[in-house]
Amino acid sequence: MGFTRVLRGAGLQCGPDRVQAYLQATAHVDLYWAGRLTLCADPDDLPRYDAVYRAYFGGAPPRPRATVELDSVTVGVAASDVEVLRHKDISEFNAAPLIARLKPLPPRRRSRRLKKARRGPIDLARTVRAMIEIGGEIALPRHRRRGVKARRLVLLIDVSGSMAAYSDALLRFAHVVARAMPVEVRTIGTRLTRVTRQLKERDPERAVKAAGRAIPDYEGGTRLGEALRRFNQQWRQRGAVVVLFSDGWERGDPALLATEMARLRRVSHKVIWANPHAGKPGYRPVQSGVVAALPHVDTMVAGHSVQALEELLEEVRHA
Amino acid sequence: MESPEELASGLDRVGYLPDGGIATAAFLAVAMGRPLFLEGEPGTGKTSLALALAKAMDVPLIRLQCHEGIDATQALYDWDYPRQLMHLRVLETRGEVDEASLYTRRFLLARPLLQALENAPCVLLVDEIDRADDEFEAFLLEVLSENAVSIPEFGEIRASTPPLTVLTSNRTREVHDALKRRCLYHWLEHPSIDREVAILRRTLPGLDERLARQVAEAVQRMRGLDLLKPPGVAESLDWARALQALGRTEPDVTTLGAVLKYREDAERVIGSTIVG
Repeated sequence: MGFTRVLRGAGLQCGPDRVQAYLQATAHVDLYWAGRLTLCADPDDLPRYDAVYRAYFGGAPPRPRATVELDSVTVGVAASDVEVLRHKDISEFNAAPLIARLKPLPPRRRSRRLKKARRGPIDLARTVRAMIEIGGEIALPRHRRRGVKARRLVLLIDVSGSMAAYSDALLRFAHVVARAMPVEVRTIGTRLTRVTRQLKERDPERAVKAAGRAIPDYEGGTRLGEALRRFNQQWRQRGAVVVLFSDGWERGDPALLATEMARLRRVSHKVIWANPHAGKPGYRPVQSGVVAALPHVDTMVAGHSVQALEELLEEVRHA
Repeated sequence: MESPEELASGLDRVGYLPDGGIATAAFLAVAMGRPLFLEGEPGTGKTSLALALAKAMDVPLIRLQCHEGIDATQALYDWDYPRQLMHLRVLETRGEVDEASLYTRRFLLARPLLQALENAPCVLLVDEIDRADDEFEAFLLEVLSENAVSIPEFGEIRASTPPLTVLTSNRTREVHDALKRRCLYHWLEHPSIDREVAILRRTLPGLDERLARQVAEAVQRMRGLDLLKPPGVAESLDWARALQALGRTEPDVTTLGAVLKYREDAERVIGSTIVG
């Protein structure tokens, strides 16, 4: 059906089984709801679905709705800065091959899931099974204990003008990390943009390019505080390791940044600030944003060289 | 149930006031026999929709609360090991050991998913699936798509009619697409003012119409304030209940604790003009 092809073009994942469900559903309810219930799978999909529906069938959707703002939402467009809303083609950065060779390992935590083990609490199921096997005689007890699981990792990358020289390399770094472990990646400028999906692409060039297209505020100003507030509202997971790449040049209110950093740290396992300037000789944390955020950061590391990124990965691994 | 409207009035009768989208989604889930995947802000009535559906259709509700590390023995079935052991001892004294008799239905403990398959038609509520982990999703998927479970020692248990399955998520984690693909997806919004007033008055008989509207309006404005935790319907119900208990005629600051659970939020609302 043509409609579903257009939807696929708009980025909805409507595979054959969804299309089939859609056709089934049209027998029961109207076209709008049949499609919305079967072809959408995420609040992000809803505005896109509505737009395609409007364009394809003409006229407004039967039930116009408020747009759900979750990802890539505007953060204070009324800001005094001149936003640079353009799709920038990222120029080749010569550290790319080196970054591609990094080997990230995920941070770990204790899982709640019990696994077979040599020691630990007795695993009644396996013990009894063993007893039954030998005809009801007392068997040696089997054990189980909690396993180990990857901890969630979040990368927040400042892509404002003052970070322009680093943003390409950092997106490549994020791509390498995303290939190795589940990670949530957002960029921060005057807006907060989710690029997790774009970075799932296998090929680094295409992934970084796709991420670049998704970011509307490349090399604009920085509103770290407001972007973080957005992030805190959306991100409700506890116990993650959060890495914030920024130089701390904040054009917004430093007090807001401090509040939001504190809030982020309360729900996170560890907050690491990677500051490209921190690795340079003579650096002193005097920028308003850094001063405001520093008390709410677990570790401040450098992020200006491949070597520094390796050290950061080490820090993440043992977070 | 022949149409979404009919289902809506059925839900209405048991005290749940659905909007058009909710009624359509639930109707389609019943008509197509597909699980319904509900997402939305906390307090938009995801769980209570499942409860109301069970009531409206007059079938039992079986609830599975998810948490990290939940596994088959907690969600699906487990063998009753102490009883099996006792049985084994008895068999031994009689000098007969019949392994097959150990794996019969009477030694099988049905957990929520198996209960739902055995007691269908029923409503199966898988609550807060986002709290479970990937391993659990994979195995839930198997049960949902087959409407059956095969137990190696025992055989297959298949539902006579598929249970109406409702999954809820607060979106603290992205649920795998393979699971979503088998479900109908619906995003629940906070209710409109009129619907919220209706919900308040329906749930709290004797609540003054004017007070109900004031509460609904105040809560609606709070949702626009960008709070840490915007109040849901549950909170506005609590608030109305508190005001009613105190015999207040309009919303006031002293009862804010029923709606706002963060100090920062309370300060923000007091600083605004929402409550006097």
